[in-house]
Amino acid sequence: MAVFLELLVNGISVGAVYALIALGFVVIFKATEVVNFTHASLLLAGGYVIARLHPLIGFWAALAAGIAAAALVGALVEFLILRRAHVGSRGVLAIVTIGVDILLTTELTRQIGTEVLALGDPWGDRVLRLGPVTVAETRVVALAVAAALIVAFLLAFKFTGWGVAMRATAEDAETAALMGVRLGRVSLSAWAVAGALAAVAAMFLCVFPTPGLDRGTTAAAMKAFPAAILGGLDSTTGALAGGLIVGVTETLMSGYQSELAFLGRGIGDAAPFLVMIVILLLRPSGLFGTKEPARV
Amino acid sequence: MSGEAGPGTSGPEIDGPETAAPRTGNPRTADPKSGGLEIRGLEVRYGPVRALRGVHLAVPRGAVAAVLGANGAGKTTLLRAVSGTLRFHRGAITSGTVAFGGLRIDGVAAAAVVRRGVVQVPEGRRVFARMTVAENLRAGALGVPGRRAAAARERVLELFPVLAERAHQRAGLLSGGEQQMLAIGRALMAGPSLLLLDEPTLGLAPLMAARIADTVRQINAQGTSVLLVEQNAAMALALAERAYVLEVGEVALSGPAADLAASDEVRRRYLGVGMPETDRPVGTDLGPGHEGHERLERHERTRLARWTA
Repeated sequence: MAVFLELLVNGISVGAVYALIALGFVVIFKATEVVNFTHASLLLAGGYVIARLHPLIGFWAALAAGIAAAALVGALVEFLILRRAHVGSRGVLAIVTIGVDILLTTELTRQIGTEVLALGDPWGDRVLRLGPVTVAETRVVALAVAAALIVAFLLAFKFTGWGVAMRATAEDAETAALMGVRLGRVSLSAWAVAGALAAVAAMFLCVFPTPGLDRGTTAAAMKAFPAAILGGLDSTTGALAGGLIVGVTETLMSGYQSELAFLGRGIGDAAPFLVMIVILLLRPSGLFGTKEPARV
Repeated sequence: MSGEAGPGTSGPEIDGPETAAPRTGNPRTADPKSGGLEIRGLEVRYGPVRALRGVHLAVPRGAVAAVLGANGAGKTTLLRAVSGTLRFHRGAITSGTVAFGGLRIDGVAAAAVVRRGVVQVPEGRRVFARMTVAENLRAGALGVPGRRAAAARERVLELFPVLAERAHQRAGLLSGGEQQMLAIGRALMAGPSLLLLDEPTLGLAPLMAARIADTVRQINAQGTSVLLVEQNAAMALALAERAYVLEVGEVALSGPAADLAASDEVRRRYLGVGMPETDRPVGTDLGPGHEGHERLERHERTRLARWTA
């Protein structure tokens, strides 16, 4: 039972980090209807800046710089590439983002090389003991920060002018433009916010018990993709639910791997995608996604 | 204002595709004496398809002008050209100018057109169905500073008290008439000098249509000019001082609304006069026809292929 509880708590905290990444996917999709495959490289960029700067300026300043850098890279991708790619279909734009992702990831992994970069976080490998359950401190902080960010984000989405503009654009971009919403700004801010969230997620993905940032970090980031899809690509609530489902599934499957040996090794990595497929078979728009209205 | 032939109502001979000059070659300012909307020699294309050609139209400051025409005549395209939303439909102005208050607004982004004081209520209302009524109104004010939005909100709720009652309801759950009120209210939140209305009574019960017409009158009385696109010609001609009839992308007929309402051609084609009594659209009882409509301008048109959206 203690093992199960430990796995569950860990799963929820990893899931909260995935939810942050998935939220970035969702924000961009809502604002621009583009599926953003560049997300993993935004995350890598944020993590890389934190890793390189923390010995020079300390962890907290490096974290701020990493967040700013990932937001800037996101905004630049939108401003320099997507805004200027005059292609008709959103599908083509999604493929453009794959190209940008390959470019950015290749350069960043070249910079990282074979190193495993520490992020210099203040939590180290300390653990918390709550009765029979032992959890890494980083996981608890990750859960708290992710929850706070998600709540703040949902409140901003609901109550600020920026949020109203985002939702109006997501629902009907042309009418939003008729109301004076500057679609370019909405899109730019969505990319910047997604980048910033990705950088925070990068930090939590690379601290204990993970050894640090390496070239494999993008693979971890891609797990947020099934989270966003199974939650419904246009739903912030869906991103939260999807992230938690993926996190818990992955952690439980990995934790009970020995009992599930007949499924082969690495089932924990494949599980999120299996869950995504099952959910999409039952609910094609995801758990909380909007059904595409039929156009007549 | 009524009956005044604006400078933009002459025939289409000024402009054609063969005489189309690059738009950048024109001065940035148009005729300043009107201060309202001035459309000159407008040609719009959706790819290879020409939807409007040589359209001249003017809405002087404080006036109501109506554009009549059948489906596919180019009425909505005309509004898109003014509001800067052609690009959403892969259309573009290929020649001619649109100016408001003496400044060119063709080629300007939709949000910038709103900041210049021109706001469109789109066809089919298009309220943000997943947002509440209050949020829809807030969305309407996103292009203007906060203090102006508060004043506009008061004016809108005075005009449409039902929107205050329904403030926290999802807009998608309102009735058609209430959605139309919300769409107009949302547009008024930006405090427009010119309101573009695209078929505001489409699909509404006659009583609600009459109410919307009253509201348009009130909005105009408060100083907002209105360009009204309508298939309900009787209502449009009753509201407007000047009207234009679009046929397959060109202005076929224009003049004072009262004269158009009296013209046999308009009565027959748009008002249902001459049809059996029971088939007439509601509200088309215009009294006996009079023939004194020599002020109407008939425009020679070249034949164009019918354009369908």
